[in-house]
Amino acid sequence: MNFDFSDEAKELGEQARKLLAEKAGTGPARKAMAADAAAMDAALWKEIAELGWTAARVPEAHGGLGLTVEEVAQLAEAAGGSLAHVPLVSTLLATEALVLAGTEAQQAKWLPGIASGEIIACVAWSEPGAVSPATVKTVSSGSALTGVKQPVADLAVAHVAIVAAAGADGPQLYIVDLKGAQTAAVETVDLVRRHGKLTLDNTPAEALGNAGDYQDWLDRAAVILAYEAIGTAGAAMAMTVDYAKTRVAFGQKIGRYQAVKHKCADMYIKLELARAHALHGLAMIGTNGAELRQVAAAARVASLDALAYCAEENVQLHGGIGFTWESDCQFYYRRNRALVAALGPRGWWADRLVRALEQRNSAAA
Amino acid sequence: MDFNDAPQEAEFRAVVRAWLNENATEYRDPPPEGMKLPEFIARSKAWQAKKHAAGYTGITWPKMFGGQGLTPMHSIIYGQEESRWHVPQGLYSIGLGMCIPTVFTHGNPEVVQRYVPKALLGEEVWCQLFSEPAAGSDLAGIRTKAVREGDEWVIDGQKVWTSFAHASDFGIVVCRTDPNMPKHKGLTMFIVNMKAPGVTVKGIKQMSGGSDFNEVFFDGVRVNDSHRLGAVGDGWKVALTTLMHERLAVGGKPRYAPGYETLMKLAKGVEAPDGSPAIGASDVRQKIAQTYINDQGIKLTQMRALSALSKGQVPGPEQSISKVVVAKTMQDLASFALDLSGGDGFVAGADADPELAKLQGSYIGSAGLRIAGGTDEILRNIIAERVLGLPGDMRPDKDTPFNQSVPA
Repeated sequence: MNFDFSDEAKELGEQARKLLAEKAGTGPARKAMAADAAAMDAALWKEIAELGWTAARVPEAHGGLGLTVEEVAQLAEAAGGSLAHVPLVSTLLATEALVLAGTEAQQAKWLPGIASGEIIACVAWSEPGAVSPATVKTVSSGSALTGVKQPVADLAVAHVAIVAAAGADGPQLYIVDLKGAQTAAVETVDLVRRHGKLTLDNTPAEALGNAGDYQDWLDRAAVILAYEAIGTAGAAMAMTVDYAKTRVAFGQKIGRYQAVKHKCADMYIKLELARAHALHGLAMIGTNGAELRQVAAAARVASLDALAYCAEENVQLHGGIGFTWESDCQFYYRRNRALVAALGPRGWWADRLVRALEQRNSAAA
Repeated sequence: MDFNDAPQEAEFRAVVRAWLNENATEYRDPPPEGMKLPEFIARSKAWQAKKHAAGYTGITWPKMFGGQGLTPMHSIIYGQEESRWHVPQGLYSIGLGMCIPTVFTHGNPEVVQRYVPKALLGEEVWCQLFSEPAAGSDLAGIRTKAVREGDEWVIDGQKVWTSFAHASDFGIVVCRTDPNMPKHKGLTMFIVNMKAPGVTVKGIKQMSGGSDFNEVFFDGVRVNDSHRLGAVGDGWKVALTTLMHERLAVGGKPRYAPGYETLMKLAKGVEAPDGSPAIGASDVRQKIAQTYINDQGIKLTQMRALSALSKGQVPGPEQSISKVVVAKTMQDLASFALDLSGGDGFVAGADADPELAKLQGSYIGSAGLRIAGGTDEILRNIIAERVLGLPGDMRPDKDTPFNQSVPA
């Protein structure tokens, strides 16, 4: 049995956590929150590209390192834990779509630039009024799209968008070159990560795979985002535990009180459940496992549960100071909303999990 | 990543499987209902003797104690293969899993020679006498006392929640030998003969109606000092050896317990408030998803631990979450499913639907599982203190002599 990350993936994760602990974290996140701050940390992005993180998943034929989704997961977790102000996870999600469903020509056009860090990619499925990745109203007319996409993470700095729109067989992915596209900033609850509005008005677009590929990409995106959520949740838990070890009330460290320590234990329990499902997701992606649909949905739900709990109880266990603007608690609390919005709500994914279980049962019957 | 055996593991599994196919044929079907204790003991002893002869007992124990000197992975593989058969389970799990490793770690050579081989062969059954009416979660608060008289110790007191005491020949018992010391320091562990004069075993009838546990009374029971395990006053340290072995027994969902599949099946035949099948109702689907995430998540967490063992590494602390998740999930699922079934879920006995009766059993049994082997609350303390490094609870009685301790 080998149900664990490869040593190579662990090493890359170690490198990523080390660099981001130094160059990112709540300090830089606070600076990024200022209204006049840049939409990304360009110096950090340059360093990330030089280290080959954006090249990790790109095939060697297109200038990448041809690594596995395990490396992608390690990077996403490190990004999530450090709140790094770079479009890393957006680019990784878009890369996964191009690697999964792109034609040779599409890959040759976009992947070398992504690998070198010169091209930043983002993902746009969300729409006004849309509650899930299944309900998109943006329409395709063969070679162009019309509709509105928002909120789109990292749109302001991206050169290309992977867009979900209604195709002939249901929702599917398209590639939209953002040169000359109609974009605007959108204010969101997350004050660090920038989001935008992409208005498509008969905008040229190329189909990226088919409707089935979109569903497969959703599974992979759910697993990658689960790791970002696990990273963020883990950072919120660590912040709570540190505080519980030092804050004194009624003559004791508050971490001695069971009302406090049991919440910390529950954070850990939810995180480990999320890790178990997310790792299962990586195993299924790596082996083209038939159970990926249910496993990815479980990873998505479990990771959102862990993040919501850790982010919310982190504020609560800090007490009044946790509710101040100066406290770092708000970063995790707000990022929780960003990661829900990134791929649709918990309820939709829980339902997707049950649908997958039903299909497996009827296939077995 | 894969879930496959490593080559040597696959080889061992094949050998075990072939041996079981040859030797476990009489356990192909579940045992007859309502088997009496003597028959259960006879079947257990016969199976243990067969396993012993083939070298499948004491798999991880050192060879010098009659074990096979193999790895935890070998033991787990044997267990996985054996669980495909309905061989008698449980009679030896505490004795061989916890008591005897304590005996061979802390006993003198004569005692080891006298007791370990017969226990491994299954000739003699062992029980563990730790909990007391006033010392459950707070195990070091035990009051059963042992007083030295020459070469002997005289034991008086009461133990409780002792599995298989009524079937046991011997037990390990932790006693207070010095009440003038703080509570963790005045304890000593002994081997006690369960058939000795002064030992009385009484079954406890549980909330479920079953009787899996006993009360054990000690009234002037005499034990020779040669049967002491570890130094006088080291009983707490010795007990921790025993409990460490308990922790290695992984606590997944009990085999009989209904899971998310039960709810999926049930919800197809039950109406939601609007008259449509309940399987379409959002709350039902959310509960199915949550149950899957919890139960499957624990299974996967255990696989992470097995992967570490398979590579010869020490598993991480993550498996400490197992029982606290599994027991409450079992209770929540049973409660939800019985709610959904309305009055039918409440009718018991001959008129009850068999699936619903199983859920009722799970609902009642899970209340016990949330307490047994560490309550939900104690397990959360352990996760917070040992895994996350939070400070321990305030223990006002920790440093005061046991006999002067006054509740804060």
